[in-house]
Amino acid sequence: MKLTLQQVLAIVQKDFTVEMRARDLLVLMLTFAVLSLVIFYLALDLWGPVVQQVGPGLMWLTITFAAMLGMGRTFVREHEQGTLPGLLLAPIDRGALFIGKLVANLLFLFIMEAVTLPMFALLFNLPVLRPSVLLITVLGTLGLAILGTMFSAMAAHSRAREALLPLLLLPTTVPIIIGAVQATSNAISGAADGPPWLGLLIAFDVIFLTLAYLLFEHAIEG
Amino acid sequence: MGDSETSGMDPVVAVQGLTKRYGVQTALDSVTLSLDRNERLAVLGPNGAGKTTLIAVLATLARPEAGRLRVMGFDSVSEPNEVRRRIGVIAHGSYLYEELSARENLQFFGRLYGVQDLEARVETLLKLVDIYPRRHEPIANLSRGMQQRVALARAFVHDPDVLLLDEPDTGLDQAHLTLLASLVQGRAIPARTVILTTHNLERALELCSRVAVLAQGRLVYQAASAALDRAALHDAYHRLAGAAP
Repeated sequence: MKLTLQQVLAIVQKDFTVEMRARDLLVLMLTFAVLSLVIFYLALDLWGPVVQQVGPGLMWLTITFAAMLGMGRTFVREHEQGTLPGLLLAPIDRGALFIGKLVANLLFLFIMEAVTLPMFALLFNLPVLRPSVLLITVLGTLGLAILGTMFSAMAAHSRAREALLPLLLLPTTVPIIIGAVQATSNAISGAADGPPWLGLLIAFDVIFLTLAYLLFEHAIEG
Repeated sequence: MGDSETSGMDPVVAVQGLTKRYGVQTALDSVTLSLDRNERLAVLGPNGAGKTTLIAVLATLARPEAGRLRVMGFDSVSEPNEVRRRIGVIAHGSYLYEELSARENLQFFGRLYGVQDLEARVETLLKLVDIYPRRHEPIANLSRGMQQRVALARAFVHDPDVLLLDEPDTGLDQAHLTLLASLVQGRAIPARTVILTTHNLERALELCSRVAVLAQGRLVYQAASAALDRAALHDAYHRLAGAAP
């Protein structure tokens, strides 16, 4: 157990150090997210109650597409640099390898959101920094990161990996996007009734985390 | 690594009927071989003979369709992590992160293997492969030969019982070919079991105690180096491998 934790931390630290020096993944995600918000702000004349209705959808669209861009790099970079076999040679459970990559991806997504959410709040005048919205953001981001990490590993083996990841990710993230948008909308407007969207997000995260942990060996070894 | 897993009589590497296919192409066809402690086997063969596939399967990077591999008594399918703990691999790629320095790369791989007293181990290896003065530079700044030397250190970081070397001399200059020879033959560090692939017959005879020829995925020839006459090996290699003399 101690070794597994040490291995997970080693992967997270390595991915973070590599990214801080290469700066391709975070720059890509941040640029995309910021540009998207600016375009939404300039192109859509949103005001009053319309912002409350449409805002959560715009926020999650921005997060989802930015995440898709960044997470695609997770294993593609290992594949392109030829470092993936080095990882697979190590005596590390494939589930632990998945957790290490997932935590690194989450870290990058949270950094992107730390810039995007205040900017969103500023541009659209919505209270997306209140604790209830932040909790929904954490749960939704976790769901995106679980699927993104899993599918990034699968797509890395394919020649069409850049195109394959969105094709795999978009249909499977529909429940989480719907759940996150609805829960965010309720949290912003203060509505307490309706389906338990937060419960859906938690259930989605638990089910897919378990499945991804168990199936990652087959995804990564091709 | 401990020596307690196998008795003195058990082979360190035992391969039985290993078969690997890529689609309709058979890369390895019922390969059987066995290596005792500290034995060094050179696998010769032309391009496409299956040498790299053999190393990949032995390293647990590729799953065989049939056959069995045991390393130090551990089965590669049911106990892959025990096998991985006991092997060190040098392949065509260095497996190194170009944004990290030589030192950081070795520290990372050492942590993955749970190496005790890692800092001392890393320092020793960096000095051994003659990279110590440039240990803080990113791998991307090092020459191909230097990267190959760091890759050598990476393969040794967890002190493996078995070394799998796929054409390890690529990019090394004469001085570091001598270093490679001393590592493989157990002069610079304690001896261990080695499987090495190469095109170079002279290097195979120089480094290894046994020589085998792989042709079209089949192991067609095996002999002890000491018993071999070089001319006879050249003849056998070209005849069996189908290469032009």
